[in-house]
Amino acid sequence: MTPAARRARAHPGAEALAVKGWWRAQRWLLLRRISQLGILALFLCGPLLGGWIVSGNLSSSLTLGVLPLTDPYLLLQTLAAGHLPYQTAWIGAALVAGFYLLLGGRVFCAWVCPVNLVTDAAAWLRRTLGIRTGRTPDAATRYWLLAGTLAAAAVSGSAVWEWVNPVSVFHRSLIFGLAGGLWLILGIFLYDLLIARHGWCGHLCPMGAFYSLLGRFALLRVTASGRNACDDCMDCFAICPEPQVIRPALKPTGPASPIVTSVNCTACGRCIDVCSKNVFKITHRFDPRSPS
Amino acid sequence: MNHPLPPTQEAPPAASRRRFLNTVAAAAGGGCLLALGAGLYARQASALPAQALRPPGALAEADFLAACVRCGLCVRDCPYKTLQLADLGDPVATGTPYFTARAVPCEMCEDIPCVKACPTGALDHALTDINAARMGLAALVDHESCLNFLGLRCDVCYRVCPVIDKAITLESQHNPRSDRHAMLLPTVHSDACTGCGKCERSCVLPQPAIKVFPITLAQGALPAHFRKGWEEKARHGGSLIGEQVELPVRGLDAPLAGRTPLEGRVSTAPAPLPPPPAAVANTPRSLDSQWKP
Ligand code: SF4
Ligand code: SF4
Ligand code: SF4
Ligand code: SF4
Repeated sequence: MTPAARRARAHPGAEALAVKGWWRAQRWLLLRRISQLGILALFLCGPLLGGWIVSGNLSSSLTLGVLPLTDPYLLLQTLAAGHLPYQTAWIGAALVAGFYLLLGGRVFCAWVCPVNLVTDAAAWLRRTLGIRTGRTPDAATRYWLLAGTLAAAAVSGSAVWEWVNPVSVFHRSLIFGLAGGLWLILGIFLYDLLIARHGWCGHLCPMGAFYSLLGRFALLRVTASGRNACDDCMDCFAICPEPQVIRPALKPTGPASPIVTSVNCTACGRCIDVCSKNVFKITHRFDPRSPS
Repeated sequence: MNHPLPPTQEAPPAASRRRFLNTVAAAAGGGCLLALGAGLYARQASALPAQALRPPGALAEADFLAACVRCGLCVRDCPYKTLQLADLGDPVATGTPYFTARAVPCEMCEDIPCVKACPTGALDHALTDINAARMGLAALVDHESCLNFLGLRCDVCYRVCPVIDKAITLESQHNPRSDRHAMLLPTVHSDACTGCGKCERSCVLPQPAIKVFPITLAQGALPAHFRKGWEEKARHGGSLIGEQVELPVRGLDAPLAGRTPLEGRVSTAPAPLPPPPAAVANTPRSLDSQWKP
């Protein structure tokens, strides 16, 4: 690799920053951070300021005293463990599932989940320091793990994954001021930093796997509609948390649609940010436009 | 155009199939191992420790661990900040609500907001009367330090009990030490104790003599076939086995002529020592055995 290429790999988006300017080269990242931190802030209003907007946590919450929301993956574990929850939990889970079915399952991962802040930081540090050590598990591991968590719940009659689920443990730790979960998060950070690139969110997290499955028919999609302008700088591959999803849309072997249809695309929009040639756009699943 | 992307389709079918099977096996193995590890950890930690009590209306522990999504809505709606969520590494299942009686007991809210807040039914909405809650069961564990057992009148646990005179009563007993006073022993009754923990919280001792435990820890159980004779007798309006021949009890047999039962017992003692020899009868008793060679 030439020094220039190595630099490009360590700092994807440097060219976009020069060409497109500060805002357009990272607007999706900034919007995402606003969304993630804003949701945390809504939960923290109550305990910190005394004015309750959202109570509970991502597993199940109540907004403004009327709107129940429940994580459908939590509901599934509860069902697998043999408990039939109350109607409130069903309504909450239906609302959340409907939202992500429509929008795209992994939108949760990129726009809501607090662990994303940590794994993004680890990925950034790994890129910047040029760390290439470790061994990446198969990306299908998460689906096995998802099945494993549900099977474990069914066998034990208890939501066992929730004892250690880093996503809910981390969010709960932040909202309820518990410290124990931070060790788990430090572990994930180090794993992503030293052992596997995008190791947790992209390969292991069963919650992400669940939301991937939920996004099968999602409307919101990223398209590589400007793919003819691609100059193979590789910045999108370097930044994407699920790089394998880009290739079929960007570099198809035949005349394929430019829309990224993989359920694993988190709709984080980072490819849009870092591409200096404006290849990518956010669109909907049925966008008829062919590549320009 | 030179293609910078790594090749994916070049490998011959057999090799790629082998690689595919390998990765699937590794993924499945890894997935199962992780799930198994989580399961084992959960099983090891799934026994509720003695001093952790579940909120009112909580299902039995095994069902509770299936039902609770660990959202903390019950915690948020408790006006007394009684409840807390277990941290990772606590001896209570991660993220589930519990309280420690000695720290902050349950105030037994009449409208039971914690139960109403629960979206899953881990806290049973059928509980509408807080007096029917069974969060735990109090037990006066230390008879050696409870002030009332020492014959004093502390009574604090009795007085703070929200179900006073039903859940906890003072049972009067003869005080054998002074032989003149009564001891009023705090006594808990499982048919009324809600396990709120106020007694343990208020015990005046540095370490409480009365403690509240999860019911499975605090309560014994008679064998299923046991019947209490006096209860059966009351229920049937008379003895079920007719009048019994009263057999004498040794040492406590009916007074014989001129002898109390006590005398009867004394009579079994060794015979009294023979009177001391006359020569020494008038000398004052001392430690000297008077023995001369
Ligand atoms: S009954 Fe009241 S004090 Fe007791 S746990 Fe529930 S909300 Fe808290
Ligand atoms: S409200 Fe119900 S589901 Fe939520 S933490 Fe409390 S007991 Fe568990
Ligand atoms: S725990 Fe103590 S204070 Fe509460 S009901 Fe039982 S005996 Fe009374
Ligand atoms: S408060 Fe403590 S010391 Fe006092 S009577 Fe009750 S158990 Fe005994």
